[in-house]
Amino acid sequence: MPKNPEIKKVLVIGSGPIVIGQAAEFDYAGTQACRSLKEEGIEVVLLNSNPATIMTDKDIADHVYIEPLTTEVVKQLILKEKPDSVLPTLGGQAGLNLAMELDEQGFFEETGVKLIGTTSQTIKKAEDRLEFKSTMEKIGEPVASSLVVNNLEDGIAFARQIGYPVVLRPAYTLGGSGGGIAHNQAELEEILANGLRLSRVGEVLVERCIAGWKEIEYEVMRDSAGNVITVCNMENIDPVGVHTGDSIVVAPSQTLGDKEYQMLRTSALNIITELQITGGCNVQFALHPESFEYCVIEVNPRVSRSSALASKATGYPIAKVAAKIAIGYTLDEIKNAITGQTMASFEPMLDYCVVKMPRLPFDKFISAKRTLTTQMKATGEVMSICDNFEGGLMKAIRSLEQHVDSLMSYDFSHLDHDGLLEQLAVVDDRRIWVIAEAIRQGIPYETIHDITKIDLWFIDKIAILVEMEHALKTQELTADLLKEAKRIEFPDNVIAQLTGKTEAEIRAMRYDNGIVASYKMVDTCAAEFDAATPYYYSVYGSENEAEETSGRKKVLVLGSGPIRIGQGIEFDFCSVHCTWAFSKAGYETIIINNNPETVSTDFDIADKLYFEPLTPEDVESVVRLEKPDGAVVQFGGQTAIKLTEALMKMGVPILGTSAENVDAAEDRELFDEILEKCGIPRPKGDTVYTAEEAKAVAGRLGYPVLVRPSYVLGGQGMQIAINDEDVEEFIGIINRIAQDHPILVDKYLQGKEIEVDAVCDGEDILIPGIMEHIERAGIHSGDSISVYPARSISEKVKATIEDYTRKLARSLHVIGLINIQFIAVGEDVYVIEVNPRSSRTVPYISKVTGIPIVPLATQVILGKKIRELGYEPGLQKEADYYAIKMPVFSFEKIRGADISLGPEMKSTGECLGIAKTFNEALYKAFLGAGINLPKHKNMIMTVRDEDKPEAVEIAKRFEALGYNIYATKGTARALMEADVQVRMTRKLEQESPNILDLILGHQIDLVIDTPSQGVEHSHDGFVIRRNAIETGVNVLTAIDTAKALVTSLEDTDHKNLTLIDIATI
Amino acid sequence: MKAFLILEDGHVFTGRSIGSAREAVSEIVFNTSMTGYLEVLTDPSYSGQAVVMTYPLIGNYGICYEDMESDRPWVDGFIVRELSRMPSNFRSEDTIQHFLEKNDIPGICGIDTRALTKILRESGTMNGMITTDENYSLEEVMKKLKAYSTGDEVSKVSCQQKTVLPGDGYKVALLDLGAKRNIARSLNNRGCEVTIYPSHTSADEIIASHPDGIMLSNGPGDPKACGKVIEEIRKIYHTDIPVFAICLGHQLMALATGADTYKLKYGHRGGNHPVRDLETGRVYISSQNHGYAVDVSSLDPAVAVPAFENVNDGTNEGLKYVGKNIFTVQYHPEACPGPQDSGYLFDRFIRMMEVKKNA
Repeated sequence: MPKNPEIKKVLVIGSGPIVIGQAAEFDYAGTQACRSLKEEGIEVVLLNSNPATIMTDKDIADHVYIEPLTTEVVKQLILKEKPDSVLPTLGGQAGLNLAMELDEQGFFEETGVKLIGTTSQTIKKAEDRLEFKSTMEKIGEPVASSLVVNNLEDGIAFARQIGYPVVLRPAYTLGGSGGGIAHNQAELEEILANGLRLSRVGEVLVERCIAGWKEIEYEVMRDSAGNVITVCNMENIDPVGVHTGDSIVVAPSQTLGDKEYQMLRTSALNIITELQITGGCNVQFALHPESFEYCVIEVNPRVSRSSALASKATGYPIAKVAAKIAIGYTLDEIKNAITGQTMASFEPMLDYCVVKMPRLPFDKFISAKRTLTTQMKATGEVMSICDNFEGGLMKAIRSLEQHVDSLMSYDFSHLDHDGLLEQLAVVDDRRIWVIAEAIRQGIPYETIHDITKIDLWFIDKIAILVEMEHALKTQELTADLLKEAKRIEFPDNVIAQLTGKTEAEIRAMRYDNGIVASYKMVDTCAAEFDAATPYYYSVYGSENEAEETSGRKKVLVLGSGPIRIGQGIEFDFCSVHCTWAFSKAGYETIIINNNPETVSTDFDIADKLYFEPLTPEDVESVVRLEKPDGAVVQFGGQTAIKLTEALMKMGVPILGTSAENVDAAEDRELFDEILEKCGIPRPKGDTVYTAEEAKAVAGRLGYPVLVRPSYVLGGQGMQIAINDEDVEEFIGIINRIAQDHPILVDKYLQGKEIEVDAVCDGEDILIPGIMEHIERAGIHSGDSISVYPARSISEKVKATIEDYTRKLARSLHVIGLINIQFIAVGEDVYVIEVNPRSSRTVPYISKVTGIPIVPLATQVILGKKIRELGYEPGLQKEADYYAIKMPVFSFEKIRGADISLGPEMKSTGECLGIAKTFNEALYKAFLGAGINLPKHKNMIMTVRDEDKPEAVEIAKRFEALGYNIYATKGTARALMEADVQVRMTRKLEQESPNILDLILGHQIDLVIDTPSQGVEHSHDGFVIRRNAIETGVNVLTAIDTAKALVTSLEDTDHKNLTLIDIATI
Repeated sequence: MKAFLILEDGHVFTGRSIGSAREAVSEIVFNTSMTGYLEVLTDPSYSGQAVVMTYPLIGNYGICYEDMESDRPWVDGFIVRELSRMPSNFRSEDTIQHFLEKNDIPGICGIDTRALTKILRESGTMNGMITTDENYSLEEVMKKLKAYSTGDEVSKVSCQQKTVLPGDGYKVALLDLGAKRNIARSLNNRGCEVTIYPSHTSADEIIASHPDGIMLSNGPGDPKACGKVIEEIRKIYHTDIPVFAICLGHQLMALATGADTYKLKYGHRGGNHPVRDLETGRVYISSQNHGYAVDVSSLDPAVAVPAFENVNDGTNEGLKYVGKNIFTVQYHPEACPGPQDSGYLFDRFIRMMEVKKNA
């Protein structure tokens, strides 16, 4: 069936801000889909509230709306743009839910707009628990039996029927509290009775326990003619019980025979056929490890994180094909873009092994529980490809950039036999390291398997790595041993450490013996057909396939690795645009990256893609082969910057700002010299190594002081200390994260925080706009609300900022991008941080000013001058609308994480609010971040003393909006004195009903809780904030944010938002 | 122990010996299936060939004897990147290493199977030798390689005696040209009584047993080397008994009715080949294992017309015989290994027998 001619204009809905569980993979899918639709001549309208995405570029869609993802907005947008169809299956759960809601309201029927990709009936069948269950029963596909009970007797009877163990999940309790696994009737009675008491509605779900079964996923596709294919299957190393997003996953499955493989494949195809999905679908199975019994866990009738992974793992572009299917094509009419000669109606065959590892945020949330459960916690992931599993695992580990490079990186050798057995039972992100130690200490495979339920095959593979560690430690390093160590991807530095040699010696020995990485192609077909797409991975001991090309000048673009807090999708945006700009300038482009979720690792972005870890050794192997004319590091975040020195040693010229100048910005003394020369003030401070030195500096400066490690991103480890004890504690924490760089101690200034991104050609600068933070200095810039154009600083301050930016950019000899953060105290401007590279705000400011900063910076790097590019240097004219970037957090996903904001970044994503008025822009930004008020018009305030005067003003304004205000004693007293109607609530430790009961009562819209500065010694605030977050209550921890929120609620016509097409800016 | 794979074009791969240490000269073919190595090893169609698995990790789930597609492995040699040192599966009864040794199958591991596959893809299927003799003389080896060709493989792999799988349904005569077990099982599971005949059985004997349908199986080698069987199949063609044929059976029926077959450059072996049903336009992912194909241009449209084609290269994947209750496919609806999506063809065969019987 060819393209449906009735589809001419399609609305594509994106997934909104990056949160845990919904990350860059949807930018990848959405971008691919939009390009796929555009190449068919279809007009694309795009809606996504996330400005950091590539899909919201005007060259990706025809009309781009960066607006909140609400039904009201979608309705208004459809009435404005009049698309004939909506494609909702590319925007994750967010996009799907929106479409479903509108469908239920009858809006699509009313307006005659079609849902393409998948019908609402299909979505309902897959998403609604009951409908899903009955659909599966209809086609004889098993699901884990479950029943909702509201008394003990029913629970006992049902458990007897399905057999023990059973899982008990009380309805509506905090984070699943009160639930558990019962192995017999006695346990059931105890847990169930407790669960029924705790559940607000007195209901508990009793479910057959499938924890410990193998977790297997299939990515399947179907077209409107009913043709079905499997793109790939994947096996989770962690058995059922750990969310697949937090599991180590391998593709294809390793421990399934053909019988099991085909049984589940057939089941997945039966399901997609019954659901009549047109597009991609993910089916998750639990497979009993000792029989052919299986259960369908879940079906996702859309592209997903797993489908992005499957696309990168196989080379099969699922989102692109799904988009073509949505507009009517059948699989056998769509070309396989990798081979260029076969069609999309086939199943990829891998001749390598893919390993995915989650990037977990426990380095950011030190207080959080590390345990992994069915609630996903990872912010991102890495993927590696190798021709053996051990090598794949080793590559994935070092791709994580979490100070891990082998199975020795987390040390559990202090545990004895019993201690290890206990630790093995702990399901957290370090489990494979515990298994390695258990193997080292001679604990039998079976014992490890009995505790972890991890398949023996994987345990044996870990043992092979442990055996190699031992061999390297005890045997003489022969060429053969080295060859074998490299085959399973031991990095040179680990070999050096184990053999007592230097890394240079190991490298020399490798080269002398011809032990070098070679590259194989990902071709979807296991070499059966000739493939045209240069998508490579490295292996040792094989023939090299990557052809060294010449002719054009060649540039190496380093990607930014896994998405983590502090280094998100923004840097992928920059890497991709830089690559495109180099391509346009006639360069051959090469990308190295390891993040399967991103656009940059799509095989048609650069001329060549190397899917590799971003370590000096791995990069050097590519460089040896490709001999690039230069490398760009300023777009790939800290990951790429960290490789600068290594690249220079390899003799690769760094394009743009030189390495010395990058260093100068980070090196305290050098930087102070530059500032002094330019006459630019900065908060006073000093460089220290120990707590003693830090306290001395703090004493000299006077508290509060800002303590932070140098060379980190996202303010990791940065804290405001108000006394000596704080300093001691913070330095302790910093030193724990293996700092080899000095620690900075600065006077903490409270003022307006201002940020600029600028392009510098060596002489002139171009500043697209000045951004101002709503929150006072002290909250990480990534967690602050950012306003463009800055509205509360004077023209004089703006001129000073422009002047300082020019001076700094020139003194640092910046060629390309520079990001500077300032503090304005009155009319005085201080510099607090300079990063001679792209920043988090680059995509945002590019989009809202319409100035394509990354392509401009790339042109400048290539030697063009700003004036030649058609721009008048200096600060550009301000826009006549406001564009506000709002941070978005994923706190509810990380149990035990403290949500109060400070100098360390905690947000996972961002959204945009853009409007003619400041208030409306602010309202949209809050709305986009999920703060949709008012609901119950009840709020709680509990603020620190220094915030009380401002709290009074804020309370009055909320009162005027009709809010009932509850407050704890101190705050209540302050409010009462100012004549605010306030209800006093008991503190946490007092008897019920107290503040906690109020929160758990589901009647509160908002909690404003500002913790005191420094180390918080009271546990109350933490408990209140956690409980509020887990109950779904909005919590603000900065008084400025609260003020902004109330402002946004005043004078905004919430029903009629103005929608702005970014593509017209 | 070191082992060498020497190809007819002079390429030499050095790896380690697996299974038997004896020398083997054979035709080298590659299979792209990621699972199902035991089914591949025991598929009689591989008689006269040594198989390269393109998936690099083989033996992960050990040997589950019940998955064997015949009584023994038939490949002349087995070529893999890496054999798992520890299999893991609840049904596993043996390791692949031991299985190869026990059955005296030589093999080689630790070689760059992707590079080897690319050579076979570019130059076409060729002969090769697996040897553990470090002092081999290339000249001698080349002589052997040039001299090798697959012989009469069918009679080697076919059963020697007729056997019956009891059932209450239709009576099917299965002519075993090297049949995979799952063909008989697929029919038997649908209630058929399946009588398996050796390949040398005369058409008269089969016809005299009054079967409701005749099934021609898969099998090894060049179809044109099966002159005698072709003659018998021609006799079957002239009856009105419903016939369903798979792979070699499909090729032999084509030859028996005047069409021609040719050797493909490197064949189709794997579990991901798309075939299009020309009547409905539907595409099915199929299990394939063939080195020859029916030449569509040689078909007499009054005798047979194409029913299925390969979406990738357009080669013929099945025929419908005009005015006859005969349909044949090039691929493997019995799967094992590979996708089960074409199992419906057995149902079609059963309906054909039903219609005939009720006529």
